Amino acid sequence: MRKHELVIIGAGAAGLSCALASYHAGIKDILILEKEEDAGGILNQCIHTGFGLHTFKEELSGPAYAQRCIDLLSKTSVQIQCSTMVLSVTKEKQLVCSSSQYGLETIQAKAIVFATGCRERSRGAIQIPGSRPAGVLTAGAAQRYLNLDGWMCGKKVIILGSGDIGLIMARRMTLEGAKVVAVAELMPYSNGLPRNIKQCLDDFDIPLYLSHTIVKIEGKDRVSGVVLSQVDEHLQPISGSEKHFDVDTVLLSVGLIPENTLLEQAGAQLHPKTRGPVVDERCMTSLDGIFACGNSLHVHDLVDFVFAEGQRAGYAAAEYLKKTYMDCNVIMVRPEGNISYVLPQKLHTSDTKLLYRVKTPMKNAELILMSKDKVLKRVRKVSLIPSIMEEIAVTKELLQDCDEELIVEVKPWKN
Amino acid sequence: MKDIVIIGAGIIGSFLAYDLSQYQLDIVLLEKNKDVGCGATKANSAIVHSGHDPKEGTLKAKLNVLGNRMYEDICKTFNCHYEKIGAYVLACGSEEEEVLKTLALQAKHREIPFELHDYLTILQHEPNCSDKVTQGLYLPSTAIITPWEVAISLTENAMLRGCKVHLETEVVNIEKITAGYCVHTSSGKIETRCVINCAGIYADHIAKMINPESSISIQPRRGEYFVLDHTKEPVVHHILFPVPSNKGKGVLLVPTIHKNVLLGPTSDFIDEKDDVSTTKTGLDYVKSHVHQLVKDVPMHQVIRTFSGNRPVGNTKDFIIEEDSDFSCFFNVAAIESPGIASAPAISQYVIDELVSKRLCLQKKTILPDILKRPCALSEMTYEKRQNIIKEDSRYGHIICRCETISEGEIIEAIHRPLPALTVGAIKRRLRPGMGRCQGGFCEPLIIQILAKELNINENEVTVEETGSNVLVSKR
Repeated sequence: MRKHELVIIGAGAAGLSCALASYHAGIKDILILEKEEDAGGILNQCIHTGFGLHTFKEELSGPAYAQRCIDLLSKTSVQIQCSTMVLSVTKEKQLVCSSSQYGLETIQAKAIVFATGCRERSRGAIQIPGSRPAGVLTAGAAQRYLNLDGWMCGKKVIILGSGDIGLIMARRMTLEGAKVVAVAELMPYSNGLPRNIKQCLDDFDIPLYLSHTIVKIEGKDRVSGVVLSQVDEHLQPISGSEKHFDVDTVLLSVGLIPENTLLEQAGAQLHPKTRGPVVDERCMTSLDGIFACGNSLHVHDLVDFVFAEGQRAGYAAAEYLKKTYMDCNVIMVRPEGNISYVLPQKLHTSDTKLLYRVKTPMKNAELILMSKDKVLKRVRKVSLIPSIMEEIAVTKELLQDCDEELIVEVKPWKN
Repeated sequence: MKDIVIIGAGIIGSFLAYDLSQYQLDIVLLEKNKDVGCGATKANSAIVHSGHDPKEGTLKAKLNVLGNRMYEDICKTFNCHYEKIGAYVLACGSEEEEVLKTLALQAKHREIPFELHDYLTILQHEPNCSDKVTQGLYLPSTAIITPWEVAISLTENAMLRGCKVHLETEVVNIEKITAGYCVHTSSGKIETRCVINCAGIYADHIAKMINPESSISIQPRRGEYFVLDHTKEPVVHHILFPVPSNKGKGVLLVPTIHKNVLLGPTSDFIDEKDDVSTTKTGLDYVKSHVHQLVKDVPMHQVIRTFSGNRPVGNTKDFIIEEDSDFSCFFNVAAIESPGIASAPAISQYVIDELVSKRLCLQKKTILPDILKRPCALSEMTYEKRQNIIKEDSRYGHIICRCETISEGEIIEAIHRPLPALTVGAIKRRLRPGMGRCQGGFCEPLIIQILAKELNINENEVTVEETGSNVLVSKR
């Protein structure tokens, strides 16, 4: 049986940065397992620029970003084994994986980091009524066909959901000669980054219909049209507001779901809201020595944030392997009110930071950290929107004042 | 001159093709789609009903009971999935309990195993059962299968026995000739002594091609469903039915062979024969009705919705008969629920009661070995899997991560006697695209493999029928 100190599953931004951090923290025997032929993950199909301002202090395309990481790793003893699918993982840290090159093999690790990314919500998950012809794709699949395989999946396109991939694909399909007739968003606000609304829709005169959804897909073999309808405050279609669009393609950008099938099978506790594992500030899951980072932990806004989290997980895994990992009191973190989720869900008393997202946009608010009825920290926030992940630093001293539970809440600002 | 032309390769046509090809007959099976089992066979509740439900004296009752007893062996023969998980018909209140009593009597009369359970007993076997339930009729002989898997295996083995299968061949007209019939198709004409019409939802059209006076009329009744992702803990362990009403068997919860759960169906007559759209009204109806039987339905685990049209006839029973004016023209029509469960017995009935009266049936002296459905790699032992990969490394390359399906298995399916020519055909044989990502990751890879193996361009690959291409042009 092959044995490795650290096995990382996934060679995307999270897995690569995790390996780098772990290596520099002193772990030399690291194996990354990657299902695709090349390392880089989803970055490889993101050929637009805008990546890397935080990490590399310059604007890079997705493949260039990935290459930077791969180049840094090539100077190390980290091995990347591509075209290898991990089939199962146990809490004893045994992995079974399959590849053409090595066949079926079992690997014993001392620590494992999951950096398995996320998947896109499909049509079935949001239950759009109508016929089921070809031509209904997730935006990421369309991006892959276009940017990796060189194929256009349609000529006249409507996009449902204003997530970033949908916005990027609206621009990309337009540049390749397709007509993008509209982007429709169920919510009264977009879930994409404001800069993407500007650069991908406004600059190309693509209309964005907020509070709208597709209520019917038409076409027998291939999509021939859709019916778009406005929705009320309960997100229910408003009768009489229907608009018909002749399109041959529907792209879906309706959310990303952390990919954790293996972690769930291994027995890790998953969080119902993030759909990633429950972790502490060191990215360790409920299973000893098994960590998670990147979009498999929760969906990030920017690849630079994924990179940073990968580094945190890599460093923590190294600490764990070197047994310099100190266990101390555990504080549970609980979101309240308009906070959608907070990460990590568990804290040890150390200097760290909390990541959080709001459910609905808020202006002129304050973030409050509380323990029982005692306010530990208040921070004014001018504007909070669901598409932007926020962070707040917490200190060891602050956490020492905390009971078993830290409550994170957001309220309208009062002087 | 052929002996028999079978029109339609659904579960009925494929059973007939397989059963009849054991005789010294020249048989052709015609299917308008690119794959078999793509009509009602593809979109139903996938249940081998026990036979307790159909009205006494009907063909449905008789053939369902017989069919149920035949399935286990048939599935074993072909290595098709079959699980006798049992079913509960659940009653809420005394009025519904009366209906259960009638059903129980019917079951007893038909020698179908059954037990009446009170709520607490049901709860032991089905912890998610709603507390509104007061009594249940337990039917242990009810089983689940994957219907298209059976149709594929039957057709494939019929082919090995010498039956010719023409896919993408639509019947456009049928003409009486002296020795029998001339069947005009989209790809030429075939002369035959007999015709068996098992064209499903279109059986009335086919019947009227030869006899415009035919009284057969088929109206599509749509059933809409949700599919739940496989969960760590099963949502339900048995098939759960409400007590039946005049609209049919009601909204069910059905565990599938692959640990998914089907919720549905609705039951609505529609006009368009091939309109398999889902509707908001229909899906909402299913949502509101499943909650009557169980406490908790994890609707956030829905990965797909679909609908299928059942061919409902005008006699309230299966229509299995020779045309009144045209001898040797056999109609096997209106095979709605319990059609899947009855299919093997229907085939036998057609042969015994109709075909054998017109043709001399002599068994072939030698029949080829059965070609079994290949075992999925993911269902094999570690060692066996390792050996297969050693022999052909393509079995080590995993294409679908949700259902763990290898490149080798996909290539094998494309080159079987009954080839998988479309994304949908591969999905039905191996399941890529049926998992939680619904093909988001694997569909591009499957299109590449299909294009390579079939020696066509990637934009020529279709999901199902002509026109259902995913890709339109090179960048």
